Amino acid sequence: MGEVGARLVIETDMVIIGAGPVGLFTVFEAGLLGLRCHLVDNLDKVGGQCAELYPEKPIYDIPAIPSCTGQELVDNLMRQAEPFGPQFHLGQQAEKLVRLEDGRFELTTSEGQVFRAPVVVVAAGAGSFVPRKLPLPGADAFEGTSLFYAVRRMETFRGRDLIVAGGGDSALDWALNLHPLAKSLTLVHRRDEFRAAPDSVQKMRELVASGAMKLVIGQITGLEGEGPMLSAVAIKDAAGEVVSLPANALLAFYGLKMELGPLASWGLGLERNLIKVETEAFETSEPGIFAIGDIITYPGKLKLILSGFHEAALMCQKAFKYCHPDEKLVFRYTTSSTDLHKKLGVA
Amino acid sequence: MAKVIVTDREGADHELNGQSGWSLMEIIREANLPIEAACGGCCACATCHVYVDAAWVDKLAAPESDESMMLDEAFQVQDNSRLSCQVKFTDALDGLKVTLAPEF
Repeated sequence: MGEVGARLVIETDMVIIGAGPVGLFTVFEAGLLGLRCHLVDNLDKVGGQCAELYPEKPIYDIPAIPSCTGQELVDNLMRQAEPFGPQFHLGQQAEKLVRLEDGRFELTTSEGQVFRAPVVVVAAGAGSFVPRKLPLPGADAFEGTSLFYAVRRMETFRGRDLIVAGGGDSALDWALNLHPLAKSLTLVHRRDEFRAAPDSVQKMRELVASGAMKLVIGQITGLEGEGPMLSAVAIKDAAGEVVSLPANALLAFYGLKMELGPLASWGLGLERNLIKVETEAFETSEPGIFAIGDIITYPGKLKLILSGFHEAALMCQKAFKYCHPDEKLVFRYTTSSTDLHKKLGVA
Repeated sequence: MAKVIVTDREGADHELNGQSGWSLMEIIREANLPIEAACGGCCACATCHVYVDAAWVDKLAAPESDESMMLDEAFQVQDNSRLSCQVKFTDALDGLKVTLAPEF
């Protein structure tokens, strides 16, 4: 271990970008070969799309599992990976990737965490989940000073006339948490129905009834003010009338979207925003950088979780050679190998 | 074959073959028009948002509550807004006209 600035540099066998189902299963396959993994994901939880988009929806096409929900699949993959002690670095995006003189890679995240490893695996699905931004002209000028898509520090909102937009858990949770700090808080939502947990909705309704919080049913149509300071937000109400609501802070929750992000500029061969790989080891145009799962393309590719699992298993065979160039890899089965039983902690 | 007329974000009309039994999103995606449909059609995002021509709004089955919930995450939602993955196309909808909602 070394240090870059104040940050500890983590040295490992494999850095996996993306902690979705395919990234998690890679931990298992790599673990059987004795390779240690660190995973980076921009979400604040593991599971990728399974956990973020459809945790409660059933999946029917996982071999030997006739039906399970997205979250159950993730929970089971976590259990399967557990013997191999994967380390997770969540809430941060893989930002910079360079090759070191010794042939290994150095990956830096948006939080400044540095990894050095002989193998990098891109299992990033459809990209990182990032907040969806207001598609309004001039919105950029307010961002970070009076327009926000996430809460980094609650203090930012102290004493301000705050509008929170949205009807899901993020919007309701933050409205409830921030209203004691803000000078005034108005919740703006398209309909008088909320996707958030019923308990939060009830608390919000009580605050609205007592006058501690305001609720406006409508959609944001414009931002007013001299960038970077917002002075009012234009809202089209249910009757179609546009009203101007004074505010000097806006916290907008319009869900998350997926975007390729910084890895698009790492010089990997791309085709229609997908990474091109060969199908023997799922290696990219850059030796030592592998890519698996929904983010890749090759003739016949199907975007199925099971395809990603297969790609992970094959990829690890070649990854082993980069990690242990002088060792010979013996192919073994988990049913019969005492060596694998030891690694799995069942021996 | 039944037709669907899709107006893209530049205002150009596209006449697509409407495969009965497919979702409207699948028809639009198959024609390579720019529709993100990030979740693949399980009503878990709002990136297949379209506006249905006024003459057709009432001819479609009304949205279920999970579609309305997901529309909350879209922008510039109107009374004629739908998530196209939740609109099942049938021959009875021959001539259906929709416009792709702005991307964001």
